[in-house]
Amino acid sequence: MIEIGFFYLFAGMAVFAALGVILSANTMYSAMWLILCFFNASGLFFLLDAEFLGIVLILIYVGAVMVLFMFVVMMLEVNQAQKREGWLNYLPVGGMIALILFVELVAASTSGIFSTGEMAMASHLGAEVNNTVEIGKILYTEYLLGFEIAAIILLVALVGAIVLTLRERKDAKYQDISKQVKVRKEDRLRKVSM
Amino acid sequence: MNVLDMALQVIIWAVEIVAVVLPLALAVAYTTYAERRIIGWMQVRQGCNRVGPWGLFQPLADGLKMFMKETIIPAKSNKFLFVAAPVLSLMPAFLAYAVVPFGETSLFGFWDKLHVMAIADLNVGILYVMAISSLAIYGILMAGWASNSKYALIGAIRATSQMISYEIAMGFSIVCVLILAGSLSLTDIVHAQAGGILHWYFIPLFPMFIVYFISGAAETNRSPFDLPEGEAELVAGFFVEYSGMWFAVFALAEYAAMILIALMTSILFMGGWNPPFEFLSFIPGTVWLLMKTSFFIFVFIWFRATFPRYRYDQLMRLGWKVFLPLAMGWVAVIGIFTYTPVLSDLIGFWQPWR
Repeated sequence: MIEIGFFYLFAGMAVFAALGVILSANTMYSAMWLILCFFNASGLFFLLDAEFLGIVLILIYVGAVMVLFMFVVMMLEVNQAQKREGWLNYLPVGGMIALILFVELVAASTSGIFSTGEMAMASHLGAEVNNTVEIGKILYTEYLLGFEIAAIILLVALVGAIVLTLRERKDAKYQDISKQVKVRKEDRLRKVSM
Repeated sequence: MNVLDMALQVIIWAVEIVAVVLPLALAVAYTTYAERRIIGWMQVRQGCNRVGPWGLFQPLADGLKMFMKETIIPAKSNKFLFVAAPVLSLMPAFLAYAVVPFGETSLFGFWDKLHVMAIADLNVGILYVMAISSLAIYGILMAGWASNSKYALIGAIRATSQMISYEIAMGFSIVCVLILAGSLSLTDIVHAQAGGILHWYFIPLFPMFIVYFISGAAETNRSPFDLPEGEAELVAGFFVEYSGMWFAVFALAEYAAMILIALMTSILFMGGWNPPFEFLSFIPGTVWLLMKTSFFIFVFIWFRATFPRYRYDQLMRLGWKVFLPLAMGWVAVIGIFTYTPVLSDLIGFWQPWR
Protein backbone atom coordinates (compact mmCIF):
# COMPACT_ATOMS: atom_id res chain seq x y z
CA MET A 1 0.00 0.00 0.00
CA ILE A 2 2.52 2.56 1.22
CA GLU A 3 5.00 1.19 -1.27
CA ILE A 4 2.68 1.83 -4.20
CA GLY A 5 2.00 5.31 -2.90
CA PHE A 6 5.70 6.05 -2.72
CA PHE A 7 6.25 4.53 -6.16
CA TYR A 8 3.74 6.93 -7.68
CA LEU A 9 5.27 9.80 -5.72
CA PHE A 10 8.81 9.09 -6.93
CA ALA A 11 7.79 8.17 -10.48
CA GLY A 12 5.49 11.16 -10.81
CA MET A 13 8.08 13.55 -9.45
CA ALA A 14 10.71 12.06 -11.76
CA VAL A 15 8.54 12.67 -14.82
CA PHE A 16 7.61 16.14 -13.59
CA ALA A 17 11.27 17.01 -12.99
CA ALA A 18 12.24 15.63 -16.40
CA LEU A 19 9.64 17.91 -17.99
CA GLY A 20 11.10 20.76 -15.97
CA VAL A 21 14.55 20.03 -17.44
CA ILE A 22 13.43 20.51 -21.02
CA LEU A 23 10.82 23.22 -20.47
CA SER A 24 12.65 25.73 -18.29
CA ALA A 25 14.33 28.51 -20.24
CA ASN A 26 17.08 29.10 -17.69
CA THR A 27 19.86 26.51 -18.04
CA MET A 28 20.61 26.78 -14.32
CA TYR A 29 17.03 25.78 -13.53
CA SER A 30 17.30 22.91 -15.99
CA ALA A 31 20.30 21.57 -14.11
CA MET A 32 18.43 21.88 -10.80
CA TRP A 33 15.46 19.98 -12.21
CA LEU A 34 17.81 17.26 -13.43
CA ILE A 35 19.15 16.88 -9.89
CA LEU A 36 15.60 16.44 -8.59
CA CYS A 37 15.03 13.85 -11.30
CA PHE A 38 18.11 11.89 -10.18
CA PHE A 39 16.90 11.98 -6.58
CA ASN A 40 13.56 10.49 -7.52
CA ALA A 41 15.21 7.83 -9.66
CA SER A 42 17.31 6.84 -6.67
CA GLY A 43 14.12 6.72 -4.60
CA LEU A 44 12.81 4.17 -7.09
CA PHE A 45 15.97 2.11 -6.60
CA PHE A 46 15.39 2.19 -2.85
CA LEU A 47 11.86 0.87 -3.35
CA LEU A 48 13.37 -2.06 -5.25
CA ASP A 49 15.65 -2.83 -2.25
CA ALA A 50 18.65 -1.76 -4.35
CA GLU A 51 20.00 0.71 -1.80
CA PHE A 52 23.57 0.41 -3.10
CA LEU A 53 22.55 1.53 -6.60
CA GLY A 54 20.37 4.28 -5.16
CA ILE A 55 23.17 5.72 -3.06
CA VAL A 56 25.72 5.39 -5.86
CA LEU A 57 23.36 7.24 -8.21
CA ILE A 58 23.28 10.17 -5.78
CA LEU A 59 26.99 9.96 -5.00
CA ILE A 60 28.17 9.94 -8.61
CA TYR A 61 25.53 11.76 -10.62
CA VAL A 62 24.31 14.32 -8.11
CA GLY A 63 27.51 14.63 -6.08
CA ALA A 64 30.02 14.78 -8.92
CA VAL A 65 28.67 14.85 -12.49
CA MET A 66 25.99 17.48 -11.91
CA VAL A 67 28.39 19.68 -9.98
CA LEU A 68 30.64 19.81 -13.02
CA PHE A 69 27.61 20.45 -15.24
CA MET A 70 26.62 23.39 -13.09
CA PHE A 71 30.18 24.59 -13.07
CA VAL A 72 30.06 24.87 -16.86
CA VAL A 73 26.53 26.23 -17.00
CA MET A 74 27.40 28.91 -14.47
CA MET A 75 30.15 30.20 -16.75
CA LEU A 76 27.99 30.37 -19.86
CA GLU A 77 26.36 33.55 -20.97
CA VAL A 78 23.18 32.35 -22.62
CA ASN A 79 21.43 34.77 -24.88
CA GLN A 80 17.73 33.93 -24.77
CA ALA A 81 16.82 35.64 -28.02
CA GLN A 82 19.69 34.03 -29.89
CA LYS A 83 18.71 30.64 -28.58
CA ARG A 84 15.23 30.89 -30.09
CA GLU A 85 16.57 31.80 -33.52
CA GLY A 86 16.25 29.22 -36.25
CA TRP A 87 14.56 26.54 -34.21
CA LEU A 88 12.65 25.55 -37.34
CA ASN A 89 15.91 24.35 -38.91
CA TYR A 90 16.42 21.90 -36.08
CA LEU A 91 12.81 20.74 -35.97
CA PRO A 92 13.02 17.89 -38.57
CA VAL A 93 16.04 16.18 -36.97
CA GLY A 94 14.87 16.76 -33.40
CA GLY A 95 11.34 15.72 -34.18
CA MET A 96 12.55 12.53 -35.86
CA ILE A 97 14.66 11.57 -32.81
CA ALA A 98 11.74 12.29 -30.51
CA LEU A 99 9.39 10.23 -32.67
CA ILE A 100 11.77 7.24 -32.82
CA LEU A 101 12.28 7.32 -29.04
CA PHE A 102 8.55 7.59 -28.46
CA VAL A 103 7.78 4.62 -30.72
CA GLU A 104 10.52 2.58 -29.04
CA LEU A 105 9.22 3.36 -25.57
CA VAL A 106 5.65 2.49 -26.47
CA ALA A 107 6.76 -0.72 -28.23
CA ALA A 108 8.89 -1.80 -25.28
CA SER A 109 6.27 -1.07 -22.66
CA THR A 110 3.47 -2.81 -24.56
CA SER A 111 5.54 -5.83 -25.65
CA GLY A 112 4.64 -7.70 -22.48
CA ILE A 113 8.19 -8.31 -21.27
CA PHE A 114 7.75 -5.86 -18.43
CA SER A 115 4.28 -6.94 -17.41
CA THR A 116 4.58 -10.67 -16.91
CA GLY A 117 3.88 -10.14 -13.25
CA GLU A 118 7.13 -11.74 -12.16
CA MET A 119 9.06 -8.51 -12.32
CA ALA A 120 6.41 -6.30 -10.86
CA MET A 121 5.49 -8.70 -8.09
CA ALA A 122 8.99 -9.78 -7.02
CA SER A 123 8.78 -10.05 -3.24
CA HIS A 124 11.29 -8.51 -0.89
CA LEU A 125 14.12 -10.71 0.30
CA GLY A 126 14.92 -10.85 3.99
CA ALA A 127 17.13 -8.36 5.78
CA GLU A 128 20.00 -10.87 5.79
CA VAL A 129 20.45 -10.48 2.02
CA ASN A 130 22.79 -7.56 1.51
CA ASN A 131 22.67 -6.36 -2.07
CA THR A 132 26.05 -4.61 -1.77
CA VAL A 133 27.65 -7.96 -1.01
CA GLU A 134 25.69 -9.68 -3.78
CA ILE A 135 26.71 -7.07 -6.38
CA GLY A 136 30.33 -7.41 -5.27
CA LYS A 137 30.22 -11.17 -5.53
CA ILE A 138 28.82 -11.22 -9.05
CA LEU A 139 30.78 -8.21 -10.34
CA TYR A 140 34.20 -9.52 -9.32
CA THR A 141 33.64 -13.13 -10.39
CA GLU A 142 31.28 -13.59 -13.30
CA TYR A 143 31.60 -10.14 -14.87
CA LEU A 144 35.24 -9.52 -14.00
CA LEU A 145 36.34 -9.18 -17.64
CA GLY A 146 33.64 -6.62 -18.43
CA PHE A 147 34.49 -4.75 -15.28
CA GLU A 148 38.18 -4.57 -16.19
CA ILE A 149 37.41 -3.49 -19.76
CA ALA A 150 35.22 -0.69 -18.43
CA ALA A 151 38.01 0.34 -16.08
CA ILE A 152 40.54 0.50 -18.93
CA ILE A 153 38.17 2.52 -21.12
CA LEU A 154 37.71 4.98 -18.27
CA LEU A 155 41.47 5.18 -17.76
CA VAL A 156 42.04 5.87 -21.45
CA ALA A 157 39.38 8.60 -21.37
CA LEU A 158 41.06 10.10 -18.32
CA VAL A 159 44.49 10.14 -19.93
CA GLY A 160 42.99 11.49 -23.14
CA ALA A 161 41.31 14.37 -21.32
CA ILE A 162 44.55 15.27 -19.61
CA VAL A 163 46.56 15.09 -22.84
CA LEU A 164 44.04 17.32 -24.64
CA THR A 165 44.01 20.03 -21.99
CA LEU A 166 47.60 19.99 -20.78
CA ARG A 167 49.69 22.81 -22.10
CA GLU A 168 53.11 23.71 -20.89
CA ARG A 169 53.51 27.41 -20.36
CA LYS A 170 57.06 28.60 -20.48
CA ASP A 171 56.37 32.10 -19.23
CA ALA A 172 54.53 31.04 -16.07
CA LYS A 173 56.57 31.06 -12.89
CA TYR A 174 55.97 27.67 -11.36
CA GLN A 175 57.20 26.96 -7.88
CA ASP A 176 59.03 23.76 -7.11
CA ILE A 177 57.89 22.99 -3.60
CA SER A 178 60.52 20.33 -2.92
CA LYS A 179 63.20 22.82 -3.93
CA GLN A 180 61.73 25.37 -1.55
CA VAL A 181 61.67 22.87 1.29
CA LYS A 182 65.23 21.77 0.64
CA VAL A 183 66.59 25.28 1.01
CA ARG A 184 68.91 25.61 3.99
CA LYS A 185 69.94 28.66 5.90
CA GLU A 186 73.42 28.60 4.36
CA ASP A 187 71.99 29.00 0.82
CA ARG A 188 70.26 32.24 1.55
CA LEU A 189 72.14 33.89 4.39
CA ARG A 190 75.56 35.39 4.10
CA LYS A 191 77.50 36.66 7.04
CA VAL A 192 79.10 40.00 6.38
CA SER A 193 81.73 41.34 8.67
CA MET A 194 81.13 44.98 9.45
CA MET B 1 0.71 -3.20 9.94
CA ASN B 2 -2.43 -1.37 10.94
CA VAL B 3 -2.96 2.35 11.30
CA LEU B 4 -2.20 2.42 15.03
CA ASP B 5 1.17 0.73 14.54
CA MET B 6 2.01 3.13 11.76
CA ALA B 7 1.11 6.13 13.89
CA LEU B 8 3.28 4.79 16.71
CA GLN B 9 6.17 4.26 14.29
CA VAL B 10 5.84 7.80 12.98
CA ILE B 11 5.87 9.17 16.53
CA ILE B 12 8.98 7.14 17.38
CA TRP B 13 10.75 8.44 14.27
CA ALA B 14 9.78 12.00 15.09
CA VAL B 15 11.13 11.62 18.64
CA GLU B 16 14.37 10.13 17.31
CA ILE B 17 14.83 12.96 14.83
CA VAL B 18 14.22 15.59 17.51
CA ALA B 19 16.59 13.75 19.86
CA VAL B 20 19.37 14.10 17.29
CA VAL B 21 18.65 17.53 15.81
CA LEU B 22 18.10 19.48 19.04
CA PRO B 23 21.41 18.50 20.70
CA LEU B 24 23.09 19.05 17.33
CA ALA B 25 21.78 22.60 17.06
CA LEU B 26 22.93 23.25 20.63
CA ALA B 27 26.31 21.68 19.89
CA VAL B 28 26.70 23.93 16.85
CA ALA B 29 25.87 27.02 18.93
CA TYR B 30 28.35 26.08 21.63
CA THR B 31 31.03 25.10 19.13
CA THR B 32 31.06 28.73 18.01
CA TYR B 33 31.44 29.74 21.66
CA ALA B 34 34.21 27.17 22.21
CA GLU B 35 35.95 28.37 19.08
CA ARG B 36 36.05 31.97 20.28
CA ARG B 37 37.17 31.04 23.78
CA ILE B 38 39.84 28.57 22.66
CA ILE B 39 41.27 30.86 19.98
CA GLY B 40 41.22 33.66 22.54
CA TRP B 41 43.12 31.47 24.98
CA MET B 42 45.65 30.45 22.33
CA GLN B 43 46.23 34.04 21.32
CA VAL B 44 46.53 35.20 24.95
CA ARG B 45 43.36 37.27 25.06
CA GLN B 46 39.99 36.84 26.72
CA GLY B 47 37.51 35.85 24.03
CA CYS B 48 33.81 36.43 24.71
CA ASN B 49 33.25 36.56 28.47
CA ARG B 50 30.60 39.27 28.95
CA VAL B 51 27.18 37.66 28.40
CA GLY B 52 26.30 35.46 31.36
CA PRO B 53 28.80 33.53 33.49
CA TRP B 54 32.06 33.04 31.49
CA GLY B 55 30.17 34.35 28.47
CA LEU B 56 28.10 31.18 28.28
CA PHE B 57 25.02 32.94 26.90
CA GLN B 58 26.99 34.46 24.02
CA PRO B 59 25.62 32.02 21.38
CA LEU B 60 22.05 32.88 22.41
CA ALA B 61 22.82 36.59 22.19
CA ASP B 62 24.42 36.06 18.78
CA GLY B 63 21.39 34.13 17.59
CA LEU B 64 19.07 36.89 18.79
CA LYS B 65 21.20 39.54 17.10
CA MET B 66 21.21 37.65 13.80
CA PHE B 67 17.47 37.14 14.05
CA MET B 68 16.76 40.82 14.58
CA LYS B 69 18.86 41.95 11.64
CA GLU B 70 17.36 42.85 8.32
CA THR B 71 17.67 40.32 5.53
CA ILE B 72 18.81 42.17 2.45
CA ILE B 73 18.17 40.61 -0.94
CA PRO B 74 20.19 42.28 -3.72
CA ALA B 75 18.03 43.80 -6.44
CA LYS B 76 19.83 42.11 -9.33
CA SER B 77 19.99 38.70 -7.71
CA ASN B 78 17.96 35.64 -8.62
CA LYS B 79 15.46 35.95 -5.75
CA PHE B 80 14.27 32.36 -5.54
CA LEU B 81 17.68 30.70 -5.60
CA PHE B 82 19.13 33.38 -3.35
CA VAL B 83 16.64 32.47 -0.64
CA ALA B 84 16.82 28.72 -1.35
CA ALA B 85 20.63 28.49 -1.22
CA PRO B 86 21.09 28.64 2.59
CA VAL B 87 18.38 26.00 3.02
CA LEU B 88 20.07 23.86 0.38
CA SER B 89 23.34 24.02 2.28
CA LEU B 90 21.80 23.38 5.71
CA MET B 91 19.68 20.42 4.65
CA PRO B 92 22.45 17.95 3.70
CA ALA B 93 24.48 18.96 6.76
CA PHE B 94 21.67 17.81 9.03
CA LEU B 95 20.45 14.97 6.79
CA ALA B 96 23.76 13.13 7.08
CA TYR B 97 23.20 12.64 10.82
CA ALA B 98 20.37 10.20 10.04
CA VAL B 99 22.77 7.25 9.84
CA VAL B 100 25.38 8.22 12.43
CA PRO B 101 25.35 5.61 15.22
CA PHE B 102 25.79 7.32 18.58
CA GLY B 103 26.30 4.11 20.53
CA GLU B 104 24.52 1.00 21.61
CA THR B 105 21.96 0.79 24.37
CA SER B 106 19.65 -1.72 26.02
CA LEU B 107 17.71 1.22 27.56
CA PHE B 108 18.84 0.35 31.11
CA GLY B 109 18.03 -3.34 30.69
CA PHE B 110 14.59 -2.71 29.14
CA TRP B 111 15.48 -4.53 25.88
CA ASP B 112 17.05 -7.98 25.80
CA LYS B 113 19.60 -7.17 23.15
CA LEU B 114 21.57 -4.05 22.36
CA HIS B 115 20.05 -1.59 19.91
CA VAL B 116 22.08 0.85 17.85
CA MET B 117 21.34 4.48 18.61
CA ALA B 118 20.87 5.75 15.07
CA ILE B 119 17.80 7.09 13.29
CA ALA B 120 18.41 4.65 10.43
CA ASP B 121 21.01 1.90 10.73
CA LEU B 122 21.59 1.67 6.98
CA ASN B 123 23.83 -1.11 5.71
CA VAL B 124 25.39 1.31 3.22
CA GLY B 125 25.76 3.96 5.95
CA ILE B 126 29.18 5.21 4.98
CA LEU B 127 28.21 5.66 1.33
CA TYR B 128 25.13 7.55 2.49
CA VAL B 129 27.27 9.96 4.50
CA MET B 130 29.59 10.46 1.52
CA ALA B 131 26.66 11.01 -0.86
CA ILE B 132 24.75 13.41 1.35
CA SER B 133 27.73 15.46 2.45
CA SER B 134 28.72 15.93 -1.18
CA LEU B 135 25.38 17.69 -1.71
CA ALA B 136 26.42 20.56 0.56
CA ILE B 137 28.17 22.01 -2.46
CA TYR B 138 24.91 22.94 -4.16
CA GLY B 139 24.01 25.44 -1.47
CA ILE B 140 27.35 27.17 -1.92
CA LEU B 141 27.16 27.01 -5.71
CA MET B 142 23.64 28.46 -5.73
CA ALA B 143 24.56 31.18 -3.24
CA GLY B 144 27.50 32.22 -5.39
CA TRP B 145 25.56 32.21 -8.62
CA ALA B 146 22.30 33.71 -7.39
CA SER B 147 24.00 36.65 -5.62
CA ASN B 148 25.06 38.03 -9.00
CA SER B 149 28.30 39.29 -7.52
CA LYS B 150 31.84 38.68 -8.72
CA TYR B 151 33.21 37.94 -5.27
CA ALA B 152 30.45 35.47 -4.50
CA LEU B 153 30.89 33.71 -7.84
CA ILE B 154 34.64 33.33 -7.40
CA GLY B 155 34.07 32.04 -3.87
CA ALA B 156 31.57 29.49 -5.13
CA ILE B 157 33.91 28.32 -7.90
CA ARG B 158 36.74 27.91 -5.43
CA ALA B 159 34.49 25.96 -3.05
CA THR B 160 33.35 23.65 -5.82
CA SER B 161 36.76 22.72 -7.13
CA GLN B 162 38.11 22.37 -3.59
CA MET B 163 35.32 20.07 -2.43
CA ILE B 164 35.47 17.90 -5.56
CA SER B 165 39.25 17.53 -5.27
CA TYR B 166 39.30 16.52 -1.64
CA GLU B 167 36.30 14.22 -1.86
CA ILE B 168 38.36 11.80 -3.96
CA ALA B 169 41.18 11.48 -1.43
CA MET B 170 38.58 11.13 1.29
CA GLY B 171 36.83 8.35 -0.63
CA PHE B 172 40.06 6.38 -1.05
CA SER B 173 40.93 6.68 2.62
CA ILE B 174 37.48 5.30 3.43
CA VAL B 175 38.14 2.39 1.04
CA CYS B 176 41.07 1.39 3.27
CA VAL B 177 38.74 1.29 6.27
CA LEU B 178 36.27 -0.80 4.29
CA ILE B 179 38.93 -3.35 3.35
CA LEU B 180 39.76 -3.81 7.02
CA ALA B 181 36.22 -3.79 8.38
CA GLY B 182 34.64 -5.75 5.51
CA SER B 183 31.40 -3.79 5.68
CA LEU B 184 29.80 -0.53 4.56
CA SER B 185 27.70 -0.27 7.69
CA LEU B 186 28.94 2.23 10.27
CA THR B 187 27.82 -0.06 13.11
CA ASP B 188 29.84 -2.97 11.73
CA ILE B 189 32.87 -0.73 11.29
CA VAL B 190 32.71 0.21 14.97
CA HIS B 191 32.17 -3.42 16.00
CA ALA B 192 35.21 -4.43 13.94
CA GLN B 193 37.32 -2.12 16.11
CA ALA B 194 36.17 -3.61 19.42
CA GLY B 195 38.74 -4.81 21.94
CA GLY B 196 40.90 -1.92 22.98
CA ILE B 197 43.02 0.80 21.47
CA LEU B 198 45.28 -1.62 19.54
CA HIS B 199 42.33 -2.65 17.36
CA TRP B 200 41.49 0.88 16.30
CA TYR B 201 42.09 1.62 12.65
CA PHE B 202 44.27 4.68 13.14
CA ILE B 203 47.16 2.26 13.82
CA PRO B 204 47.28 0.33 10.53
CA LEU B 205 45.87 3.29 8.58
CA PHE B 206 47.72 6.15 10.21
CA PRO B 207 48.48 8.04 6.94
CA MET B 208 44.83 7.61 5.88
CA PHE B 209 43.67 8.93 9.23
CA ILE B 210 45.67 12.10 8.61
CA VAL B 211 44.48 12.32 4.99
CA TYR B 212 40.85 11.88 6.02
CA PHE B 213 40.98 14.48 8.73
CA ILE B 214 42.78 17.11 6.67
CA SER B 215 40.55 16.43 3.67
CA GLY B 216 37.63 16.85 6.05
CA ALA B 217 38.93 20.29 6.98
CA ALA B 218 39.16 21.16 3.28
CA GLU B 219 35.75 19.67 2.56
CA THR B 220 34.03 21.80 5.20
CA ASN B 221 35.96 24.94 4.18
CA ARG B 222 37.61 25.20 7.57
CA SER B 223 40.81 27.11 7.89
CA PRO B 224 43.58 26.72 6.76
CA PHE B 225 41.53 25.78 3.68
CA ASP B 226 38.87 28.49 4.00
CA LEU B 227 39.67 29.97 0.59
CA PRO B 228 36.03 30.12 -0.55
CA GLU B 229 35.42 32.78 2.08
CA GLY B 230 38.95 34.20 2.15
CA GLU B 231 38.22 37.65 3.49
CA ALA B 232 41.58 39.05 2.45
CA GLU B 233 40.82 38.79 -1.27
CA LEU B 234 37.12 37.89 -1.59
CA VAL B 235 35.55 39.98 1.23
CA ALA B 236 33.53 36.99 2.48
CA GLY B 237 33.39 34.71 -0.54
CA PHE B 238 30.19 32.97 -1.50
CA PHE B 239 28.04 34.53 1.25
CA VAL B 240 29.21 38.10 0.74
CA GLU B 241 25.67 39.29 -0.13
CA TYR B 242 23.95 37.51 2.75
CA SER B 243 22.94 39.16 5.97
CA GLY B 244 21.05 38.41 9.15
CA MET B 245 19.40 35.04 9.54
CA TRP B 246 20.38 33.69 6.13
CA PHE B 247 24.02 34.34 6.92
CA ALA B 248 23.60 32.51 10.23
CA VAL B 249 22.16 29.51 8.37
CA PHE B 250 25.37 29.22 6.35
CA ALA B 251 27.43 29.32 9.54
CA LEU B 252 25.15 26.69 11.07
CA ALA B 253 25.66 24.41 8.06
CA GLU B 254 29.42 24.84 8.18
CA TYR B 255 29.66 23.95 11.86
CA ALA B 256 27.27 21.01 11.52
CA ALA B 257 29.44 19.67 8.71
CA MET B 258 32.55 20.13 10.85
CA ILE B 259 30.99 18.20 13.75
CA LEU B 260 30.00 15.48 11.28
CA ILE B 261 33.60 15.13 10.07
CA ALA B 262 34.79 14.93 13.70
CA LEU B 263 32.16 12.25 14.40
CA MET B 264 33.06 10.26 11.29
CA THR B 265 36.77 10.41 12.09
CA SER B 266 36.06 9.01 15.56
CA ILE B 267 33.83 6.29 14.13
CA LEU B 268 36.08 5.26 11.25
CA PHE B 269 39.52 5.51 12.83
CA MET B 270 39.21 5.87 16.59
CA GLY B 271 36.96 2.95 17.47
CA GLY B 272 33.65 4.81 17.70
CA TRP B 273 32.03 4.12 21.06
CA ASN B 274 34.62 1.53 22.14
CA PRO B 275 36.68 2.48 25.20
CA PRO B 276 40.49 2.42 24.69
CA PHE B 277 41.08 0.05 27.60
CA GLU B 278 38.84 -2.64 29.03
CA PHE B 279 38.92 -1.29 32.59
CA LEU B 280 37.46 2.01 31.35
CA SER B 281 34.32 0.36 29.97
CA PHE B 282 32.22 1.54 32.92
CA ILE B 283 31.98 4.87 31.10
CA PRO B 284 29.07 4.61 28.60
CA GLY B 285 29.98 4.21 24.93
CA THR B 286 28.16 7.35 23.84
CA VAL B 287 30.27 9.39 26.24
CA TRP B 288 33.41 7.91 24.69
CA LEU B 289 32.21 8.75 21.18
CA LEU B 290 31.33 12.31 22.15
CA MET B 291 34.65 12.73 23.96
CA LYS B 292 36.56 11.67 20.85
CA THR B 293 34.39 13.92 18.70
CA SER B 294 35.00 16.87 21.03
CA PHE B 295 38.70 16.26 20.78
CA PHE B 296 38.59 16.41 16.98
CA ILE B 297 36.48 19.56 17.08
CA PHE B 298 39.16 21.01 19.34
CA VAL B 299 41.80 20.04 16.77
CA PHE B 300 39.82 21.84 14.05
CA ILE B 301 39.76 24.97 16.19
CA TRP B 302 43.44 24.48 16.97
CA PHE B 303 44.16 24.41 13.21
CA ARG B 304 42.34 27.68 12.80
CA ALA B 305 44.32 29.34 15.55
CA THR B 306 47.64 28.01 14.28
CA PHE B 307 47.93 27.85 10.51
CA PRO B 308 47.92 30.64 7.94
CA ARG B 309 45.61 30.20 4.98
CA TYR B 310 46.82 28.13 2.02
CA ARG B 311 47.35 29.71 -1.35
CA TYR B 312 45.03 28.33 -3.99
CA ASP B 313 47.64 26.47 -6.05
CA GLN B 314 49.11 24.98 -2.87
CA LEU B 315 45.67 23.71 -1.94
CA MET B 316 45.21 22.01 -5.31
CA ARG B 317 48.71 20.57 -5.19
CA LEU B 318 48.11 19.08 -1.75
CA GLY B 319 44.84 17.49 -2.83
CA TRP B 320 45.83 16.07 -6.19
CA LYS B 321 49.58 15.52 -5.99
CA VAL B 322 50.05 14.51 -2.36
CA PHE B 323 46.87 13.11 -0.84
CA LEU B 324 45.46 11.32 -3.88
CA PRO B 325 48.60 9.26 -4.72
CA LEU B 326 49.16 8.59 -1.02
CA ALA B 327 45.60 7.35 -0.51
CA MET B 328 45.64 5.21 -3.67
CA GLY B 329 49.01 3.79 -2.70
CA TRP B 330 47.74 2.89 0.75
CA VAL B 331 44.74 1.08 -0.76
CA ALA B 332 47.24 -1.02 -2.74
CA VAL B 333 49.36 -1.62 0.37
CA ILE B 334 46.37 -2.78 2.40
CA GLY B 335 45.16 -4.92 -0.51
CA ILE B 336 48.56 -6.61 -0.96
CA PHE B 337 48.83 -7.22 2.79
CA THR B 338 45.36 -8.77 2.84
CA TYR B 339 46.09 -11.38 0.14
CA THR B 340 49.80 -12.21 0.63
CA PRO B 341 50.24 -15.38 2.74
CA VAL B 342 52.56 -14.24 5.56
CA LEU B 343 51.56 -10.59 5.61
CA SER B 344 47.87 -11.44 5.84
CA ASP B 345 48.42 -12.89 9.32
CA LEU B 346 49.93 -9.57 10.29
CA ILE B 347 46.98 -7.48 9.11
CA GLY B 348 44.44 -10.14 10.07
CA PHE B 349 44.60 -8.73 13.57
CA TRP B 350 42.45 -5.81 12.35
CA GLN B 351 40.23 -7.87 10.04
CA PRO B 352 37.52 -9.63 12.05
CA TRP B 353 35.79 -10.88 8.87
CA ARG B 354 38.51 -13.50 8.23
